Amino acid sequence: MKKQIQLVALASIAFLALALLFMGCPKKEAVKSEIAEAALATYVPPGDLDEFYLFYSGGHSGNIFVAGIPSMRHIATIPVFTPYPSTGYGFDKETKEMLGGYTWGDAHHPALSETNGDYDGRWLFINDNANNRIARIDLKDFKVKQILGPIPNLSGNHGSTFVTENTEYVTIATRFSVPIPKGTYVPVEEYAKKYHGIVALVEVDPKTGEMRMDEKHGFQILMPPFNFDLGDAGKGPSHGWVFWTCYNSERATGILEITASQNDRDYIAAVNWKKAEEYLKAGKYKIISGVRVIDPKEAPGVVYLLPCAKSPHGVDVSPDGKWIVGSGKLQSITTVYNFDKMLKAIENKDFVGEEDGIPVLRYESVREAEVQVGLGPLHTQFDDKGYAYTSLFVESAIAKWKLGTWEVVDKIPIAYNIGHLCVPEGDTKHPAGKYVIALNKLSHGRHLSVGPSQPEASQLIDITGEKMKLLYDAFTEPEPHYAQAIRADKLKDKVIEVYQKGIDNKNPNAIWDEKDAKIVRKGNTVEVWMIAVRSRFQPWKIEVNQGDKVIIHLTNIEQTTDELHGLAICEYNINIVVDPGETKTIEFVANKPGVFPFYCTNFCSALHQEMQGYLLVKPKGGATAMK
Amino acid sequence: METLLQKWERLQDTPLNLKSRILTFIAALSVVLTFLFPLWRMQFFATFYPDGLKLYIYSYKLEGGKTAGRDDLREINTLNHYIGMKPLSQSDFPEFTYLPFVFGALGLLTLRAVVLGKISTVVDLIVMYAYVGLFSILDFYNKLYTYGHNLAPDAPIKVQPFTPPVFGKKLIAQFTVYSYPYIGSLGLLLAIVFLVLALIFSAKEVKSES
Repeated sequence: MKKQIQLVALASIAFLALALLFMGCPKKEAVKSEIAEAALATYVPPGDLDEFYLFYSGGHSGNIFVAGIPSMRHIATIPVFTPYPSTGYGFDKETKEMLGGYTWGDAHHPALSETNGDYDGRWLFINDNANNRIARIDLKDFKVKQILGPIPNLSGNHGSTFVTENTEYVTIATRFSVPIPKGTYVPVEEYAKKYHGIVALVEVDPKTGEMRMDEKHGFQILMPPFNFDLGDAGKGPSHGWVFWTCYNSERATGILEITASQNDRDYIAAVNWKKAEEYLKAGKYKIISGVRVIDPKEAPGVVYLLPCAKSPHGVDVSPDGKWIVGSGKLQSITTVYNFDKMLKAIENKDFVGEEDGIPVLRYESVREAEVQVGLGPLHTQFDDKGYAYTSLFVESAIAKWKLGTWEVVDKIPIAYNIGHLCVPEGDTKHPAGKYVIALNKLSHGRHLSVGPSQPEASQLIDITGEKMKLLYDAFTEPEPHYAQAIRADKLKDKVIEVYQKGIDNKNPNAIWDEKDAKIVRKGNTVEVWMIAVRSRFQPWKIEVNQGDKVIIHLTNIEQTTDELHGLAICEYNINIVVDPGETKTIEFVANKPGVFPFYCTNFCSALHQEMQGYLLVKPKGGATAMK
Repeated sequence: METLLQKWERLQDTPLNLKSRILTFIAALSVVLTFLFPLWRMQFFATFYPDGLKLYIYSYKLEGGKTAGRDDLREINTLNHYIGMKPLSQSDFPEFTYLPFVFGALGLLTLRAVVLGKISTVVDLIVMYAYVGLFSILDFYNKLYTYGHNLAPDAPIKVQPFTPPVFGKKLIAQFTVYSYPYIGSLGLLLAIVFLVLALIFSAKEVKSES
């Protein structure tokens, strides 16, 4: 009996051991090795550099966040529409004027400039959905060089800034419709007939990148009061066209979540800008608020509408320019349109109706395929191997499908509720592939708790294999909408880290020697030419009278990388930062009497603390008035 | 039988043979290097200057290395002010005005020797080259000594007076400093080497004749 028990016990132990060996351990090992693989795939050792730059839009922070891929490390923030004391943005004269009194913006869709349909690493454009502006960042120094707007006639510049193949234009489409020109009053009950949406193209100077929209440059197209959403410019064969989705083809007002969700199909507007240029040349446009506006009724052939599944969000053109992919966010399919079929349908006048004189093409004639991607499809990106990746907000996943066979081949769950997604160089004719970055709307529970206000999540996914593999979770400030990524190699020789005297800094108020520092009074204006260098300001003492206008031109005369200096004046609400070799100007009225220390805010050297001086403001009526 | 003195007098008056004239010409060409390249290079390495700050000393100017927009001369001066060292400036070096003349004159005399040269001329030249070379190095040492020993008394960081290295490696505060001759000096050295060869070739011929 004892022996039997022993035997049974032994057998059980052996069985358990075997079971553990075959089930438990290998599984654990497998998980461990997957984690190790992901860690290795994203680990960029100290001193090594990332392969790609990732430019996140910062949403209502008004900024752009720069991260590296694959590490997903946040490297820098580029302030765009919002003052940013870290870099002194919005405090000096130039950037203050550029911001035009606005203290925020809603940065949505960054667009890297392109040459022949590939990123050229020159500029980065970003739209402001709230105040109808577009900014241009020069990738030479990662700084905003121009903010255009508020642009006339627009309300809600959401469908922006997707650039054309050679950055001929930066694009615009309005999320809201208003009576035009702005400032016109029309009761909202007359919305369907008297309110208008706008799609527009802002001209970009090919050399300087300067954006222009006026009586001679760029143009707008008067559209029905649909809510235009997102767009993409054609490339290759479809170069010369821009596509924008819209919802609310119902032309409804009120509670839009109901009223604008009644039609089974809304539209993608296809705009032939080369045709529009012909009308501009022929003078067939109106000037409204100082910009050229084309009315599609009077300019046939410029705009067509492609029916698209219920309330579409993203529209994306494939790298070869043949396929236009539109996603109806309230259906479970993504529709692929054939550009050639679209041209044929236009040629055959295969229309099923019109909207304010704009022909609506027959869906069946232009559609190539309906891809069963899943619930809530939003945006599509492409890789280098002929696959497309569609984000599914409702399903919280990414669907991978094949161009041509239109079959979904893989799906990966996302934490949580993905919006846009980004494949490095994924908007170009030659996507880099390798990764897809999911830009997620919700992050709950994936990070250390920071209270009710939550960061946004983004996830790095490996797309080199058959199956997509999650590699990394990263968190950002609110709120990235879209992001673009460019090969770091492309910027390597373009980015400067020092403004070289006389080469990069040609500011007439720059001085380069302590001996040239001076204070000049003209009437009630005191103008100061000041230098900052380790570890002093010269002049270190500025004496003015209460009520004087003070102008300080500060040059950081350092010519070495990362030797930044700041200038803050206590209680005068001023803080600027000058990079090596940079000159900035501040202007203020010395209305508070007394003695106000100023100091260097950006840690510079062993004697940084000593880098300080005094602004002495003599009170009106003489020094004794203070008593 | 000739006395040793007579022999020597004959030797020094012997005109250079063709081989020696060619070598003397090459020596003159080598002097050109002193105009094209720095004579000396100093490098300053620290943790945050992994690529090193570079200082190039030419016969006629002082130049800092230039990387990514950084001007190393400016940078060295900015750093030196913390220890109260005078900024290195072109105007503090009278050498830059006369050294090019001296090298030019040496070059011309060498060319003269190619045409009119005797063994004694080559000996003169070698002595002159060696003298100028030695003088320059000593002068350079003196300059470095002066810079390192005349530190402003009100400097924020007090350091023991020091002499930066003329030749070799030295640790100065957080910097490892390397100081070595550069291509320009090689020109001078080559000139001497070719002149010595020229001397040997002509002297040998005289010996074998006798």
